[in-house]
Amino acid sequence: MEHHLVLRIIAKLIIPLILIFALYVQFHGDYGPGGGFQAGVIFAAGFILYALIFGVSTVRMVLPLGLLRVTAALGLMLYIGTGLAGLLLGGNFLDYNVLASAPVAGQHLGIMLIEMGVGVTVASVMMMIFYVFAKP
Amino acid sequence: MRNLFSTVIMTGIFSLTSASLLVTMDAVDVAFTEAAVGAGIATLLFLSTLALTSSEHLPPTRLSFVSVILVTLTGAILIYGTIDIPKFGSGAAPVHQHIAHRFIQSSPTEIGIPNMVTSVLASYRGYDTLGETTVIFTAGIGVLLLLGRGRSANRKTSDKKRGN
Repeated sequence: MEHHLVLRIIAKLIIPLILIFALYVQFHGDYGPGGGFQAGVIFAAGFILYALIFGVSTVRMVLPLGLLRVTAALGLMLYIGTGLAGLLLGGNFLDYNVLASAPVAGQHLGIMLIEMGVGVTVASVMMMIFYVFAKP
Repeated sequence: MRNLFSTVIMTGIFSLTSASLLVTMDAVDVAFTEAAVGAGIATLLFLSTLALTSSEHLPPTRLSFVSVILVTLTGAILIYGTIDIPKFGSGAAPVHQHIAHRFIQSSPTEIGIPNMVTSVLASYRGYDTLGETTVIFTAGIGVLLLLGRGRSANRKTSDKKRGN
Protein backbone atom coordinates (compact mmCIF):
# COMPACT_ATOMS: atom_id res chain seq x y z
CA MET A 1 0.00 0.00 0.00
CA GLU A 2 2.72 2.49 -0.87
CA HIS A 3 0.51 4.79 -2.94
CA HIS A 4 -2.29 5.42 -0.49
CA LEU A 5 -0.90 8.72 0.77
CA VAL A 6 -4.13 9.99 2.34
CA LEU A 7 -4.77 6.72 4.15
CA ARG A 8 -1.23 6.58 5.49
CA ILE A 9 -1.23 10.18 6.76
CA ILE A 10 -4.68 9.92 8.35
CA ALA A 11 -3.83 6.58 9.97
CA LYS A 12 -0.63 8.00 11.42
CA LEU A 13 -2.66 10.88 12.85
CA ILE A 14 -5.46 8.86 14.40
CA ILE A 15 -3.71 5.68 15.59
CA PRO A 16 -2.11 7.42 18.62
CA LEU A 17 -5.52 8.89 19.45
CA ILE A 18 -7.13 5.43 19.24
CA LEU A 19 -4.52 3.98 21.59
CA ILE A 20 -4.91 6.85 24.08
CA PHE A 21 -8.69 6.48 23.90
CA ALA A 22 -8.28 2.77 24.66
CA LEU A 23 -6.21 3.59 27.74
CA TYR A 24 -8.82 6.17 28.78
CA VAL A 25 -11.59 3.59 28.45
CA GLN A 26 -9.47 1.13 30.43
CA PHE A 27 -8.71 3.36 33.39
CA HIS A 28 -11.89 5.43 33.35
CA GLY A 29 -14.12 2.35 33.36
CA ASP A 30 -14.82 2.86 37.08
CA TYR A 31 -16.27 6.31 36.44
CA GLY A 32 -17.83 6.20 32.98
CA PRO A 33 -18.90 3.65 30.40
CA GLY A 34 -16.23 1.20 29.41
CA GLY A 35 -13.85 -1.22 31.03
CA GLY A 36 -11.22 -3.79 30.23
CA PHE A 37 -13.13 -5.60 27.50
CA GLN A 38 -13.95 -2.52 25.43
CA ALA A 39 -10.50 -1.06 25.99
CA GLY A 40 -8.82 -4.26 24.83
CA VAL A 41 -10.88 -4.33 21.65
CA ILE A 42 -10.16 -0.66 20.88
CA PHE A 43 -6.44 -1.14 21.57
CA ALA A 44 -6.35 -4.11 19.20
CA ALA A 45 -8.34 -2.13 16.61
CA GLY A 46 -5.63 0.56 16.59
CA PHE A 47 -2.95 -2.01 15.78
CA ILE A 48 -5.21 -3.72 13.24
CA LEU A 49 -5.73 -0.39 11.45
CA TYR A 50 -1.95 -0.04 11.30
CA ALA A 51 -1.69 -3.59 9.94
CA LEU A 52 -4.29 -2.91 7.25
CA ILE A 53 -2.39 0.09 5.94
CA PHE A 54 1.27 -0.75 6.52
CA GLY A 55 1.07 -4.54 6.26
CA VAL A 56 0.70 -7.33 8.78
CA SER A 57 4.42 -8.12 8.70
CA THR A 58 5.26 -4.61 10.00
CA VAL A 59 2.97 -5.03 13.00
CA ARG A 60 4.30 -8.53 13.60
CA MET A 61 7.72 -6.98 14.18
CA VAL A 62 6.28 -4.84 17.00
CA LEU A 63 3.90 -7.44 18.43
CA PRO A 64 5.10 -10.94 17.51
CA LEU A 65 2.65 -13.82 17.83
CA GLY A 66 4.80 -15.44 20.52
CA LEU A 67 4.61 -12.31 22.69
CA LEU A 68 0.82 -12.13 22.25
CA ARG A 69 0.46 -15.73 23.35
CA VAL A 70 2.36 -14.89 26.53
CA THR A 71 0.43 -11.66 27.24
CA ALA A 72 -2.94 -13.37 26.63
CA ALA A 73 -2.08 -15.89 29.33
CA LEU A 74 -0.57 -13.20 31.59
CA GLY A 75 -3.80 -11.17 31.55
CA LEU A 76 -5.84 -14.17 32.64
CA MET A 77 -3.22 -15.01 35.27
CA LEU A 78 -3.38 -11.45 36.61
CA TYR A 79 -7.14 -11.91 37.04
CA ILE A 80 -6.78 -15.29 38.76
CA GLY A 81 -3.83 -13.96 40.77
CA THR A 82 -5.95 -11.09 42.12
CA GLY A 83 -8.54 -13.65 43.15
CA LEU A 84 -5.93 -15.83 44.81
CA ALA A 85 -4.41 -12.80 46.59
CA GLY A 86 -7.79 -12.24 48.24
CA LEU A 87 -7.80 -15.90 49.23
CA LEU A 88 -4.27 -15.70 50.69
CA LEU A 89 -5.06 -12.52 52.66
CA GLY A 90 -7.87 -14.26 54.46
CA GLY A 91 -10.91 -13.48 52.31
CA ASN A 92 -12.80 -15.46 49.69
CA PHE A 93 -11.66 -16.02 46.10
CA LEU A 94 -12.05 -12.68 44.25
CA ASP A 95 -12.84 -10.88 47.50
CA TYR A 96 -11.19 -7.47 47.06
CA ASN A 97 -12.09 -6.10 50.50
CA VAL A 98 -8.96 -7.59 52.05
CA LEU A 99 -6.53 -6.30 49.39
CA ALA A 100 -6.00 -2.89 51.06
CA SER A 101 -6.41 -1.39 54.53
CA ALA A 102 -9.95 -0.15 53.86
CA PRO A 103 -12.54 -2.33 52.09
CA VAL A 104 -13.44 0.39 49.56
CA ALA A 105 -9.76 0.98 48.70
CA GLY A 106 -9.38 -2.78 48.29
CA GLN A 107 -12.34 -2.84 45.92
CA HIS A 108 -10.79 -0.03 43.85
CA LEU A 109 -7.47 -1.86 43.63
CA GLY A 110 -9.05 -5.22 42.88
CA ILE A 111 -11.33 -3.85 40.15
CA MET A 112 -8.43 -1.97 38.53
CA LEU A 113 -6.26 -5.11 38.53
CA ILE A 114 -8.86 -7.46 37.10
CA GLU A 115 -9.89 -4.89 34.46
CA MET A 116 -6.21 -4.71 33.49
CA GLY A 117 -6.15 -8.49 33.18
CA VAL A 118 -9.30 -8.50 31.03
CA GLY A 119 -7.93 -5.71 28.82
CA VAL A 120 -4.57 -7.38 28.23
CA THR A 121 -6.13 -10.75 27.45
CA VAL A 122 -8.81 -9.34 25.13
CA ALA A 123 -6.34 -7.14 23.22
CA SER A 124 -3.88 -10.03 22.80
CA VAL A 125 -6.53 -12.53 21.72
CA MET A 126 -8.07 -10.09 19.20
CA MET A 127 -4.64 -9.44 17.68
CA MET A 128 -3.87 -13.18 17.64
CA ILE A 129 -7.10 -14.01 15.82
CA PHE A 130 -6.47 -11.17 13.37
CA TYR A 131 -2.93 -12.45 12.62
CA VAL A 132 -4.23 -15.91 11.90
CA PHE A 133 -6.98 -14.68 9.59
CA ALA A 134 -5.00 -11.94 7.84
CA LYS A 135 -3.26 -12.87 4.63
CA PRO A 136 0.50 -13.04 5.14
CA MET B 1 -27.94 -11.86 -1.16
CA ARG B 2 -25.40 -13.62 -3.36
CA ASN B 3 -22.46 -11.29 -2.68
CA LEU B 4 -20.99 -12.07 0.73
CA PHE B 5 -19.14 -8.74 0.86
CA SER B 6 -22.43 -6.82 0.99
CA THR B 7 -23.75 -9.32 3.55
CA VAL B 8 -20.79 -8.58 5.83
CA ILE B 9 -21.24 -4.82 5.46
CA MET B 10 -24.96 -5.19 6.19
CA THR B 11 -24.11 -7.15 9.35
CA GLY B 12 -21.81 -4.32 10.43
CA ILE B 13 -24.52 -1.72 9.79
CA PHE B 14 -27.04 -3.84 11.72
CA SER B 15 -24.59 -4.07 14.61
CA LEU B 16 -24.04 -0.30 14.67
CA THR B 17 -27.80 0.27 14.56
CA SER B 18 -28.35 -2.04 17.51
CA ALA B 19 -25.57 -0.19 19.35
CA SER B 20 -27.48 3.09 18.93
CA LEU B 21 -30.64 1.27 20.03
CA LEU B 22 -28.84 0.22 23.22
CA VAL B 23 -27.74 3.85 23.79
CA THR B 24 -31.37 4.97 23.70
CA MET B 25 -32.10 2.27 26.31
CA ASP B 26 -29.39 3.84 28.54
CA ALA B 27 -27.23 0.71 28.30
CA VAL B 28 -24.10 2.59 27.26
CA ASP B 29 -21.65 -0.09 28.40
CA VAL B 30 -23.34 -2.74 26.28
CA ALA B 31 -23.65 -0.31 23.36
CA PHE B 32 -19.93 0.38 23.63
CA THR B 33 -19.14 -3.33 23.44
CA GLU B 34 -21.54 -3.87 20.55
CA ALA B 35 -20.04 -1.00 18.54
CA ALA B 36 -16.45 -2.07 19.21
CA VAL B 37 -16.87 -5.82 18.78
CA GLY B 38 -19.91 -6.26 16.52
CA ALA B 39 -19.38 -3.38 14.15
CA GLY B 40 -15.59 -3.21 14.43
CA ILE B 41 -13.65 -6.40 15.04
CA ALA B 42 -16.27 -8.93 13.88
CA THR B 43 -16.81 -7.15 10.55
CA LEU B 44 -13.07 -7.02 10.06
CA LEU B 45 -12.63 -10.73 10.80
CA PHE B 46 -15.47 -11.56 8.40
CA LEU B 47 -13.76 -9.50 5.70
CA SER B 48 -10.40 -11.21 6.29
CA THR B 49 -12.17 -14.58 6.08
CA LEU B 50 -13.64 -13.52 2.73
CA ALA B 51 -10.14 -12.60 1.57
CA LEU B 52 -9.00 -16.12 2.49
CA THR B 53 -11.94 -17.91 0.84
CA SER B 54 -14.28 -16.39 -1.73
CA SER B 55 -16.68 -13.46 -1.64
CA GLU B 56 -19.40 -15.19 -3.67
CA HIS B 57 -21.53 -17.90 -2.16
CA LEU B 58 -22.45 -20.88 -4.28
CA PRO B 59 -26.00 -21.01 -5.64
CA PRO B 60 -28.13 -23.42 -3.60
CA THR B 61 -28.65 -26.70 -5.39
CA ARG B 62 -32.35 -26.83 -4.56
CA LEU B 63 -34.75 -25.29 -2.09
CA SER B 64 -35.47 -27.88 0.56
CA PHE B 65 -39.04 -27.71 1.84
CA VAL B 66 -38.06 -29.50 5.03
CA SER B 67 -35.62 -26.73 5.95
CA VAL B 68 -38.17 -23.99 5.14
CA ILE B 69 -40.74 -25.69 7.40
CA LEU B 70 -38.13 -26.21 10.13
CA VAL B 71 -37.05 -22.56 10.07
CA THR B 72 -40.65 -21.29 10.10
CA LEU B 73 -41.54 -23.60 12.96
CA THR B 74 -38.51 -22.55 15.04
CA GLY B 75 -39.29 -18.87 14.40
CA ALA B 76 -42.93 -19.37 15.40
CA ILE B 77 -41.90 -21.12 18.64
CA LEU B 78 -39.46 -18.31 19.47
CA ILE B 79 -42.12 -15.64 18.87
CA TYR B 80 -44.60 -17.66 20.95
CA GLY B 81 -42.03 -17.69 23.75
CA THR B 82 -41.84 -13.90 23.80
CA ILE B 83 -45.62 -13.44 24.31
CA ASP B 84 -45.66 -13.74 28.10
CA ILE B 85 -42.40 -11.91 28.87
CA PRO B 86 -42.86 -8.65 30.84
CA LYS B 87 -43.20 -5.38 28.91
CA PHE B 88 -39.99 -3.44 28.21
CA GLY B 89 -39.07 -1.25 31.18
CA SER B 90 -41.74 -2.77 33.41
CA GLY B 91 -40.83 -2.49 37.08
CA ALA B 92 -42.63 -5.70 37.87
CA ALA B 93 -40.26 -7.77 35.73
CA PRO B 94 -38.50 -10.51 37.76
CA VAL B 95 -35.09 -9.09 36.79
CA HIS B 96 -35.89 -5.86 38.65
CA GLN B 97 -37.37 -7.64 41.67
CA HIS B 98 -34.63 -10.07 42.57
CA ILE B 99 -31.19 -8.83 43.66
CA ALA B 100 -30.91 -5.61 41.64
CA HIS B 101 -32.22 -3.48 44.56
CA ARG B 102 -29.46 -4.66 46.84
CA PHE B 103 -26.76 -3.91 44.24
CA ILE B 104 -28.12 -0.42 43.57
CA GLN B 105 -28.49 0.42 47.26
CA SER B 106 -25.19 -0.89 48.57
CA SER B 107 -22.83 -0.41 45.62
CA PRO B 108 -21.98 3.25 46.46
CA THR B 109 -20.95 2.35 50.03
CA GLU B 110 -19.55 -1.15 49.47
CA ILE B 111 -17.63 -0.62 46.24
CA GLY B 112 -17.52 3.17 46.06
CA ILE B 113 -17.14 3.63 42.31
CA PRO B 114 -19.62 5.72 40.31
CA ASN B 115 -20.16 3.27 37.43
CA MET B 116 -22.43 0.61 38.89
CA VAL B 117 -22.10 -1.56 35.79
CA THR B 118 -18.40 -1.95 36.51
CA SER B 119 -19.00 -2.69 40.19
CA VAL B 120 -21.47 -5.46 39.33
CA LEU B 121 -19.32 -6.79 36.49
CA ALA B 122 -15.96 -6.74 38.24
CA SER B 123 -16.83 -7.20 41.91
CA TYR B 124 -20.28 -8.65 42.62
CA ARG B 125 -20.11 -10.85 39.55
CA GLY B 126 -16.34 -11.15 39.39
CA TYR B 127 -16.54 -14.90 39.06
CA ASP B 128 -18.67 -14.63 35.89
CA THR B 129 -16.27 -12.12 34.38
CA LEU B 130 -13.41 -14.51 35.13
CA GLY B 131 -15.34 -17.13 33.18
CA GLU B 132 -15.86 -14.72 30.27
CA THR B 133 -12.17 -13.86 30.16
CA THR B 134 -11.35 -17.57 30.18
CA VAL B 135 -13.77 -18.08 27.27
CA ILE B 136 -12.00 -15.37 25.25
CA PHE B 137 -8.61 -16.84 26.07
CA THR B 138 -9.80 -20.32 25.09
CA ALA B 139 -11.27 -18.96 21.84
CA GLY B 140 -7.93 -17.38 20.96
CA ILE B 141 -6.01 -20.57 21.73
CA GLY B 142 -8.56 -22.60 19.74
CA VAL B 143 -8.26 -20.40 16.67
CA LEU B 144 -4.49 -20.53 16.95
CA LEU B 145 -4.54 -24.34 17.18
CA LEU B 146 -6.93 -24.73 14.24
CA LEU B 147 -5.48 -22.16 11.83
CA GLY B 148 -2.25 -20.74 13.19
CA ARG B 149 0.25 -23.56 13.30
CA GLY B 150 -0.84 -25.47 10.22
CA ARG B 151 -0.63 -22.51 7.92
CA SER B 152 2.77 -21.27 8.97
CA ALA B 153 4.21 -24.80 8.81
CA ASN B 154 2.62 -25.74 5.50
CA ARG B 155 3.12 -22.42 3.79
CA LYS B 156 6.35 -23.43 2.06
CA THR B 157 4.96 -26.65 0.63
CA SER B 158 1.73 -25.01 -0.55
CA ASP B 159 3.68 -22.19 -2.15
CA LYS B 160 5.73 -24.76 -4.04
CA LYS B 161 2.57 -26.48 -5.22
CA ARG B 162 1.17 -23.18 -6.41
CA GLY B 163 4.42 -22.41 -8.22
CA ASN B 164 4.23 -25.69 -10.10
